[in-house]
Amino acid sequence: MAHATMADDLTELYHPKTFIGKYIWSQDHKVIAIQYTITAVSVGLVALTLSWFMRLQIGFPGMFEFIDADSYYQFTTMHGMIMVIYLLTALFLGGFGNYLIPLMIGARDMVFPYLNMLSYWVYLLSVIILMASFFAPGGPTGAGWTLYPPQAILAGTPGQEWGIMLMLTSLIVFIVAFTMGGLNYVTTVLQARTKGMTLMRMPLSVWGIFVATILGLLAFPALLVSGIMMSLDKLIGTSFFMPAIVSMGEQLEYSGGSPVLFQHLFWFFGHPEVYIVALPAFGIVSDILSTHARKNIFGYRMMVWAILVIGGLSFVVWAHHMYVSGMNPFFGFFFATTTLIIAVPTAIKVYNWVLTLWKGDIHLTVPMLFAIGFIFTFINGGITGLFLGNVAVDVPLSDTYFVVAHFHMVMGVSPVLVVFAALYHWFPKITGYEFNERLGKIHFWGTFLGTYAIYLPMHYLGILGMPRRYYDYLDAAFIPDSAYLMNQSITIAALIVGAFQMVFFANVIYSLIKKKKSDPNPWNATTLEWQTPDNPPVHGNWGPTLPVVHRWAYDYSVPGAEKDFLPQNMPRGADPNAQEEHT
Amino acid sequence: MIFAIVIFLLTIGTVAFHFWSPWYLTELASNWSGMDDALTITFVITGVVFVLINLFLAYAVFKYRHKEGSRADYEPENKKLELWLTGLTSIGVVALLAPGLVVWADFVDVPEDAMVVEAVGQQWTWTFRYPGDDGILGAADPTFMTIDNPFGLNPDDPYGQDDIVVEDNEGHLPTGGPVKMLLRSKDVLHDFYVPQIRAKMDLVPGIETYFWFEPTRVGEFEILCAELCGTGHYTMRGLLVVQEKADFDLWLSEQPTFGELSAEAVAELSTELSTE
Repeated sequence: MAHATMADDLTELYHPKTFIGKYIWSQDHKVIAIQYTITAVSVGLVALTLSWFMRLQIGFPGMFEFIDADSYYQFTTMHGMIMVIYLLTALFLGGFGNYLIPLMIGARDMVFPYLNMLSYWVYLLSVIILMASFFAPGGPTGAGWTLYPPQAILAGTPGQEWGIMLMLTSLIVFIVAFTMGGLNYVTTVLQARTKGMTLMRMPLSVWGIFVATILGLLAFPALLVSGIMMSLDKLIGTSFFMPAIVSMGEQLEYSGGSPVLFQHLFWFFGHPEVYIVALPAFGIVSDILSTHARKNIFGYRMMVWAILVIGGLSFVVWAHHMYVSGMNPFFGFFFATTTLIIAVPTAIKVYNWVLTLWKGDIHLTVPMLFAIGFIFTFINGGITGLFLGNVAVDVPLSDTYFVVAHFHMVMGVSPVLVVFAALYHWFPKITGYEFNERLGKIHFWGTFLGTYAIYLPMHYLGILGMPRRYYDYLDAAFIPDSAYLMNQSITIAALIVGAFQMVFFANVIYSLIKKKKSDPNPWNATTLEWQTPDNPPVHGNWGPTLPVVHRWAYDYSVPGAEKDFLPQNMPRGADPNAQEEHT
Repeated sequence: MIFAIVIFLLTIGTVAFHFWSPWYLTELASNWSGMDDALTITFVITGVVFVLINLFLAYAVFKYRHKEGSRADYEPENKKLELWLTGLTSIGVVALLAPGLVVWADFVDVPEDAMVVEAVGQQWTWTFRYPGDDGILGAADPTFMTIDNPFGLNPDDPYGQDDIVVEDNEGHLPTGGPVKMLLRSKDVLHDFYVPQIRAKMDLVPGIETYFWFEPTRVGEFEILCAELCGTGHYTMRGLLVVQEKADFDLWLSEQPTFGELSAEAVAELSTELSTE
């Protein structure tokens, strides 16, 4: 049984009076969530712009003078790292995690509000350090987002002096910020659930964020140590990752280190990282599908177990990123098997999403469009994972555009569709205002169709054999002219999709100016965050008494009930006709 | 309604795109047809799943769209259905994995009689070394690398003297037998990638990596570096010339050995010294 560790009276919380106390040095999880979200989205816009530059070069090689080989590799590197770490990880955990955990489990705040505040400011510092590398001598690192040594710290790679050090420093600072936030989220879920909120009554959003945070706490240390080790190799000449090398005709002082060791450490972090992004998305999309289909999530217990099994397995699949890295090829048998086993719980999640829609009462609202769009893109991206996980199929495809298309589909487009589903879904709660539905739909269609136009053909360029991370293909004989034409088309689609994102910002600005008051529970949702006494919820969330939970999060369309939803805090028997089966 | 139609069209369109795409595997030039077959099997199995789930999704979105007065069903779980789906998915996964692992068992098992050839990468060129008459490659180490000894061969190793070294970005191979490619890098990671061969492998400084294949088709194939190796990565292009055995032997006999090259270098040095 859960215990509320924070007392029911409001005096326990410190309520600041000044603007700075409320909105800048805020300890309110909701304000911190918004700070995280704004910072992550802003830095995401930088990464989006970088992807435009890169696509311009790929589609129209040599047409834009400011994109030389150095800057091209710098753009790809920064685009990748920003999107994966500083946008998606920060947004799902720092943004949605912060906003949703206390509200969904019926807590007044995170259990360590001060640490929570520090987490944001340290994250901001990591972003500033990263952005500083654009202005450093030599520019940001162009080592690829995987930062593989030896090239990351040697001559021949852009940003090998300042850029790489700023990148590693920024990552180390980010991990400090994440650890402060992460410990907070885990402790809050375990300790601050309100009365009646058992673990098996928690909404799947909280489950996804909770397990993803645990993955992060276990995986980020591997990145931390590899960052520190590479810094030492660069700064004081240790040889953790550096063997004897003749660089540009010059014998270096290094000897005995192993570049493959770095790859093991990086992917021991890097593969769970995929699920650090995916699990919150899985959880959030489950709740949105259920709410807007007016139907309980199908197979809730199976969904929880699938999250846990995927989380566990994600730690034993990392070397599927390294089938051609020169590690012992016999590892291929083990890692191909574990990787394909992950497909089973993942497929179960997909089946259960679709079965949730089956016999539902589907309201095609803006969040629902994004959520169903996610199912489609995730099926596509998940399936190509079965190609790349299976070692003998992977070998010809690795390091080609097939890989680029796969991971953009599965951990670019899919989570971003969930991000937008969630932003539209909770916008009325966060701001108290309605958003413009027409603009939301325009945004959806441009994004959903546009991204498919980018990534579907890209898979086939990869099967043809076009290697990734190429500034120019220099008229390779095996590449037909039609492939260059397709690259132009992909670039145009990418420019259009990028432009469509501005519709979202226009919508936010329009809605904040229009100030059309939203209903406190516009989607008739069951979960606690929609049952707050104030809309948007104020500091402390719940007024004088905490809500008490009487049922699971998915009592939609309960037979006999008057309304098609029974909120989690509605006492059992309050609707005498409802046939309440589920506890 | 519109959304259901769009999902339907995207699903059908994806399948159509697959068959009409002018971009697909290049013509195979090695023994790794098993890799192509594994790809085809994967396309068939996952393609069926892709179509079935998405058509079901489109149908559900169409049939259960909100209408005035409609109400959703209430069914928290269906253990039997969930077990069936788990079972069927597991069978599908086994059907994908098994053929792949069979091919992989072949890949990790280098034939005993494979001809050994070494490819050495550096930023941003390729060089090649053949074992010479004794059939054994001499020991090499970066500490021996100089301008006159770019491979870093140990000058005191007798096995190295007859090694044949080729420095101009062009490697030759004969058809008709397996080749074990030994891979070495002087500086950073590279990857020996010939699309038509299918198999590829990274070059890692500090260790020697390898993979094997059998060239099956005479022709000239581009070697592309497939592991980001710095700003000139995209220019790191070599040429693999696959020839009939007799043509290959002739070509090989025209290439200098390490011993000859060293002698030449010594001779040059002494001429330089004597003219000073």
